[in-house]
Amino acid sequence: MGAKVVTITSGKGGVGKTTTVANLGVALARLGQRVVLIDADIGLRNLDIVMGLENRIVYDLVDVVEGRCKIRQAMIKHKLFPELYLIPSAQTRDKTAVSPTDMIQLTDKLRPEFDFILIDSPAGIERGFRNAVAPSDEVLIVTNPEVSAVRDADRIIGLLEADNKGPAQLILNRAKIDLIRKGEMLSAEDVTDILAIRLIGIVPEDEHVIPSSNNGVPVTLNENSRAGMAFRNIARRLMGENVPFMPMEDDNNILRRIARLLSGG
Amino acid sequence: MAGFFDRMRGRSANKNSGNTAKERLQFILVHDRINLPPERMEMMKREILEVISKYVDVAGNQIDVALENRHRSSLLVAEVPVTKTNDDSEGQAESRLDAADADDA
Repeated sequence: MGAKVVTITSGKGGVGKTTTVANLGVALARLGQRVVLIDADIGLRNLDIVMGLENRIVYDLVDVVEGRCKIRQAMIKHKLFPELYLIPSAQTRDKTAVSPTDMIQLTDKLRPEFDFILIDSPAGIERGFRNAVAPSDEVLIVTNPEVSAVRDADRIIGLLEADNKGPAQLILNRAKIDLIRKGEMLSAEDVTDILAIRLIGIVPEDEHVIPSSNNGVPVTLNENSRAGMAFRNIARRLMGENVPFMPMEDDNNILRRIARLLSGG
Repeated sequence: MAGFFDRMRGRSANKNSGNTAKERLQFILVHDRINLPPERMEMMKREILEVISKYVDVAGNQIDVALENRHRSSLLVAEVPVTKTNDDSEGQAESRLDAADADDA
């Protein structure tokens, strides 16, 4: 009953977990869902910045767990979406301040009032990852089309399987369409073939992403961004909608258009 | 003309780095998944050969051990060519030793 708890994790750092959580949160809120985002990366707070909410933090996750405040007091309401909240991570503590049981208890209290609870997992496979995954109904693994990131994703899949955490789904982030077409980058098929898990989204590399996080406005609010579109599609898939994958073509490239015309393709 | 543009798009290259990445990953993961690095696998091969040689003659003193992946479960497949000991034998018999990976419950 109640909210679905979705943990976003990756093994390797820097593949785009936090960006993914922020964008899926906003995309789900735009679809009318009641959403809470929990930053479970204790000691390395980031999600508040990507969401543009860093100036409004009073209490954090550790304050909630240690009983210094009520859950509601630590929930920061988003400026544009009244049903989108963030529970920020603590900046001065470490992973041991929270246990997997704490996370389960917290999400159980939130479940009745929300549709989605998204948890931003820290990189790695230790305590922080265990905390983030403990309450999850679904796990999304973010990876990049690179050997090291895919290797770490495989390790995470193995750990989730050992824990009987249902089949995880994959988000392939920062796919460079041009390189894939030239055969100089792993394709989505290559990666799903190797990892043997279901793909829930391909997010193309997009120059809109960095300015978005500079501004604290998730890129999915930018209608012109292809990455933003990809995140909106993933949000709809999370809600159970069958959304076809975006064509990998970059139609703005004039040279390629000419090439296609000339080769009759 | 199409060929020219295909070459421009890099399609004519048979061996590009995307394929190399895929092959490297497959090799890495097959060892990762059962926590047996290539060097240790060589040690294991030598030990298996030693044990089997106590009982039968292994043809060429060589065994072939391969790791295979099937839907995220791993299979250790050893091929051990043995020399027949009866006098009327002419060649070798092959026996297979399959061991399922214990890591995958």
